[in-house]
Amino acid sequence: MNFNLASRRAYVWVAATPATFAATPAFSQASTINGADTAWITTSTALVLMMTLPGLALLYAGMVRKKHVLAVMAQCVVAVMLVSVLWMIAGYSLTFVGGGSWIGSFDRFMLNGMELDSVNDLANNIPESLFMAFQMTFAVITVALISGSVADRMKFSAFLLFAVLWLFLVYVPIAHWVWGGGFLGAMGLMDFAGGTVVHINAGVAGLVAALVLGNRRGYGTENMSPFDLSLAVIGTGLLWVGWFGFNGGSALAAGGRGTMAILVTHLAACMGAIGWMAAEWWARGKPSVLGMLSGVIAGLGTITPASGFVLPWHALVIGGVAGIVCFWACTWLKQRLNYDDSLDVFGIHGVGGVLGTIATGIFAVGALSATADNPSGLSGLLEGNSAQLQTQLIGVAVTIAWCAVFTFIVLKVVDLLVGLRVSPDSERMGLDVTQHGEALQ
Amino acid sequence: MKLVIAIIKPFKLEDVRDALMAIGVQGLTVTEVKGYGRQKGHTEIYRGAEYTVNFLPKIRIEVAVASDRADKVVETISSAAKTGQIGDGKIFVTPIEHAVRIRTGETDANAL
Repeated sequence: MNFNLASRRAYVWVAATPATFAATPAFSQASTINGADTAWITTSTALVLMMTLPGLALLYAGMVRKKHVLAVMAQCVVAVMLVSVLWMIAGYSLTFVGGGSWIGSFDRFMLNGMELDSVNDLANNIPESLFMAFQMTFAVITVALISGSVADRMKFSAFLLFAVLWLFLVYVPIAHWVWGGGFLGAMGLMDFAGGTVVHINAGVAGLVAALVLGNRRGYGTENMSPFDLSLAVIGTGLLWVGWFGFNGGSALAAGGRGTMAILVTHLAACMGAIGWMAAEWWARGKPSVLGMLSGVIAGLGTITPASGFVLPWHALVIGGVAGIVCFWACTWLKQRLNYDDSLDVFGIHGVGGVLGTIATGIFAVGALSATADNPSGLSGLLEGNSAQLQTQLIGVAVTIAWCAVFTFIVLKVVDLLVGLRVSPDSERMGLDVTQHGEALQ
Repeated sequence: MKLVIAIIKPFKLEDVRDALMAIGVQGLTVTEVKGYGRQKGHTEIYRGAEYTVNFLPKIRIEVAVASDRADKVVETISSAAKTGQIGDGKIFVTPIEHAVRIRTGETDANAL
């Protein structure tokens, strides 16, 4: 019986094969799409999406007060749905299609012309639909990250409008300059997975937003202790694992470069936590759980631009320094400058992004990025290429300047249209009930 | 009739209940409360932001007993709730003017 069924299947397959090939002329040309690469980047896309939902949502929810938990989660949810749709409509095309120095093109507006076997020249080993989706998850998390610095006081409607404008005026141009064929990439800026595009961008936008919105009511006098740090532990764990896709997937291929990126990412996270914990234990007398989690995120954010360019021992140094410096930024610097970046998006992602982008220019090992076209690869200061450090500094400065100015403009426009901040009463009652009509009991 | 009110450490509740059952107390009322005494509060630090927690969680027990049993009840709670550490709590005794059992309408000593 089985034998009969099997032979019948074989017969059908043989008969169908010539017709299938005839109907698909693309197969007669050599397809550059690689199955292993496609499988790994598909996995990475899922991992990076998981970083925002539920990873970042849980991390943020655990750190705010109980009356604002759902509101901060709502901003992560809305970042996913809104940015994904906008990315499909025009974000992807303007960022990654057409190689102008300043901005891409509308050639893939509404993904027009994208087919099953189309590829983007920036990654012709995977289907274009996958490349588009992978990059989409990066835009999503960058917007979601910003919600941490405006937590507890920004109107939901204002955040929506802000996300739309900010995506097109800040994220899209900077991502194009660095990764999409724009001038920073052409200049030789090394940013493997988003030190400038994601972390400096989100951090600086967060700082500007925190300054424009003003401090939370009762900041510095009222008890603002976190709702439930055990949620933040779960969120951090999901972010950590998701980051393997974020950095490992940024190799845009399945292979040694991606796995090396995963290894250095993990080591930097561990050393970030050790660095923060040690600094806090020494300076404040107790090693807090929130401190360890913060150190993990600081290490992960800082290694991001360097992850495809450095060796494991470099990751130990980069992660450890990140933990200590970000601890200093979130405790001493923030208090000294008296800005209320609620969940320290600037202190961790902004400062970490700057540190990591500079560290890339110091530690980069040419052999890791060597290709047939460029056999010596991209080297940093330690290999005698001091010009690279200068390029990295220019990349940092350009990102900070553009992001700060245009974030400020976007915020002012949003303020004019719908108002940025909830009323004092709403803030006191909590954004959950006043913005969403729900509350945790 | 006396009302014995005790503020104790939360983790001592079961010990106190067992001790009161053992001397024949028929029922008690428990409330979760917050407050402070000599123990004062403690500080919590989150990314460098220090918050003083002034009100600590405590358990408040109320027991209504006949006047001649009040001393025994106070003594029982006192020994069951004691750790010897600061923050063990306090016991107050006040007179009860009148008592009613709702189900039967019995009053005063019969209602306890």
